[in-house]
Amino acid sequence: MTCSLKLNEVVADVLILGGGTAGCYAAITLARKNPNLRIVILEKANIKRSGCLAAGVNAINAYITDGYSVDEYVEYVRWDAAKIIRDDLVRSMALRFNRIAGDLEQMGLVFLKDANGNYVSRGRRNVKINGENIKPILAKETQKYENIKVYNHVNATDLILKDGRVVGAVGFAVEFPERYLIHARAVLIACGGASGLYRPNNPGFSRHKMWYSPFNVGSGYAMGIRAGAEMTSLEMRFVAQRCKDVIAPTGTIALGVGAKEINCLGECYSERYGLSTSGRAHGATNEALEGRGPCYLKTVGVTKEQEDDLLKAYLNMAPAQTLRWLESGRRPRLCNVEFEGSEPYVVGGHTGSGFWVDVDRRATVPRLYAAGDVVGGAPKKFVTGALAEGEIAAEAILADISDDPDELDLSPNPDAEKKFEEYQMALEPKAFFLYDLTQLEEAMQKVMDVYAGGISPAYRYNARQLDMASDQIRQLEEIINLAHVDDMNELLRFYELKDRLLLCRALIAHMNERHETRWPGFGVNTDFPKVDKKWEVFVNSVFTDNEFKMILRQLNPGEDTYEYSH
Amino acid sequence: MSIHIDQSSCVGCRSCVEVCPGNLIHINSEHKAEIKRPEDCWGCASCLKECRFNAVAYYLGADVGGRGALMRVHTEGDLSHWIITKPNSESITITVDRKQANKY
Repeated sequence: MTCSLKLNEVVADVLILGGGTAGCYAAITLARKNPNLRIVILEKANIKRSGCLAAGVNAINAYITDGYSVDEYVEYVRWDAAKIIRDDLVRSMALRFNRIAGDLEQMGLVFLKDANGNYVSRGRRNVKINGENIKPILAKETQKYENIKVYNHVNATDLILKDGRVVGAVGFAVEFPERYLIHARAVLIACGGASGLYRPNNPGFSRHKMWYSPFNVGSGYAMGIRAGAEMTSLEMRFVAQRCKDVIAPTGTIALGVGAKEINCLGECYSERYGLSTSGRAHGATNEALEGRGPCYLKTVGVTKEQEDDLLKAYLNMAPAQTLRWLESGRRPRLCNVEFEGSEPYVVGGHTGSGFWVDVDRRATVPRLYAAGDVVGGAPKKFVTGALAEGEIAAEAILADISDDPDELDLSPNPDAEKKFEEYQMALEPKAFFLYDLTQLEEAMQKVMDVYAGGISPAYRYNARQLDMASDQIRQLEEIINLAHVDDMNELLRFYELKDRLLLCRALIAHMNERHETRWPGFGVNTDFPKVDKKWEVFVNSVFTDNEFKMILRQLNPGEDTYEYSH
Repeated sequence: MSIHIDQSSCVGCRSCVEVCPGNLIHINSEHKAEIKRPEDCWGCASCLKECRFNAVAYYLGADVGGRGALMRVHTEGDLSHWIITKPNSESITITVDRKQANKY
C-alpha cells in the first residue's frame, strides 16, 4: 500500500525527539559547541509551550545550596528512592545543577536573591524563582542558533534502525497530511514521561486536570522499547500528593508557609509512615483507608500576606488552584487545604523509571541517547537535572559523531516504508466499528486502575490481577487497529494510545517481577507486602518477539560502574 | 477544566492554536479559534497568555469545584492582571509582576 501523505525528507547530524526542557537544552548545548552541526528538533506541539513545563514551574527543586553538597544530594536521593538509584547518574546531574541554574538566569529566568546577590533557598535543595515563562525562555534561546531547525507540530512515532544502530526516525505532521523521514547520525529521545495510563482522579469532564502533562504519553519509552532498548525500574511508579480536585502542587504550601499534613482528626500523622516521597503518599492513603481521611495541609491561621503570596505563586504554575480558592470562597487561611494522591505515572524525573543508560546517557542501542524524564535510575532530577541530562547527552553525541566521519546513509529503509504503510492503513476508511479512541482509552485506564494498582484499590495489586490486566491490555492492542482515524489529529491520538498500551504491558511485566513492596506509597504488592533485601536490585527489561525479557542488574552503591552493554 | 473562547473577540490569529501543548484548538469555518475537545484541556493557561485580544477565558469544570467563574489574563509589560469574574458579575483582580520571584 502506498502512503498518500506528502513526504518530507530531512537530513540532520543530530535529531532530538521532543522539544521540552531536556530537548531544548541539548540543542542549545550542541549549537553552542558546534555552529556547523545540523540539529533538528521534532516537537508534536510547539516548543514555546510544550512538555510538562507548559504551565510553568514554581521553584528550582534540585540545587546545591550553601552548606549542602553533591554527595549529600546523592544520599538524599538514595534514601528517598529506598536505595534503587544509579550513583553515577545522580552525581553527574548534581555536579551541574548550580551552573545550569546560572545559565537559566542568564537566559532571563527570574531568581529571588538576597541582599548579597545570592539565590534565596526554599529548603536545602531548592531555590525560589518565577518560573511561569521558563518554556518561552528556553524556546527563545533555542531560536537564537541558526543551526537548530525546529519542526513544531510534527510527531515522531518510531526510530529507524540499520544494522542494529539508530539512523533516524519517522513521523507525521499533526495538522497537515504530511509524513517525515529524518536521517540522522545520532538521535536523542527527550519525550518526557507518561501520564494517562491509569484512570485519573477526575475521570469525567476534567479528565485531563492531572499532575503531569496529559500530552506526555510515554512515546519516548515506547519508541525505545520497540527499538530493543533496555528499560529500568518502570515498576517504581510515581504517585503525586496534590491539592484535591484541581491537582495542584502541595509543596508550595508545605514548604512555603510550613503547613503540616494532618488527618481529619487534626493529628499530624506523617512521622508514622516516614518522610520520604513514598512514605508521605502511603501515609495519606492509609489514613483514609483506616477511616481518618481526608487529609489536609493545615493552612488555617496563615496571615493575609501569606495567603496573598500563595494566590500569586499558584497563578505562576497552577492557576486552577487560585481560581478554586477565589471561586469557592474557601481561602487557605479560612479552610485547610485537602489533598489526595494522584493516579500512578511513569516518570523518570521524579522516580527511577526509564531508559537504562551509561553515565553519558547513551541508551543500549547504538547512536540512541536519552535525557530528562525518559531516563531511568536517576530520580529527583526535576528541571535542573533534566537540563543537565540534555547537556550530558549532547556532549556524548558530539564525542561519538566526531569519531565517525561516515556520511549518512540515505538509501531507502524498509522499516520506514513499513511505518508509512501503517499510517496509511490507519487513515483508510474502515468497516463499522463500535468504539472510538476515547472509549478504548477509558477501557485501558479502567483495566490499569482496577487490576494494576490504581487509585480505586488504593494502589494495591497482586500477581493474579496483574495477569488479568496484561491479558486485557493485549486484547485492546489487538482491536485498536479497527478504530476509525479521520484526520492527522486523530492519527496522533491513535499512536498516543498505541504507545500507552505498550507501556502498560511493560509496566505490568515490571510490577510482576519485583516480589516485594519497596515504595508503599507508589504501590503495594499484596502477595509480598514487605520490603525485602533480596530485591535491592534493578528490574530491567528488553522487548523481543513481542514479549518482555526481564533482567536483574546489581546495585553498586558508592560505585560508578554498572552492567551496561550495547 | 477547560477554556472558553469568546467568538466575538477572537480575530482568528492562530496564536492559541500554535501554543496549545495538546493541539486541541483549531480555526473553525467562521475563522475563529475553537477548542475541539474541551474535556481534553490540561488547564496550563498557555492560550490565555498568548491571546492579545483577551478572547480566551479559563474555567473549572463543575466536577472539580467550578461554579461558573471565568478567569482571564491581561498583560501589561511585566505585569499580568488575572481577572476572575463570577456569574453574579463580581470581579476579583490579582496582579503578578513577572519580574518578581515567588516567595514560596
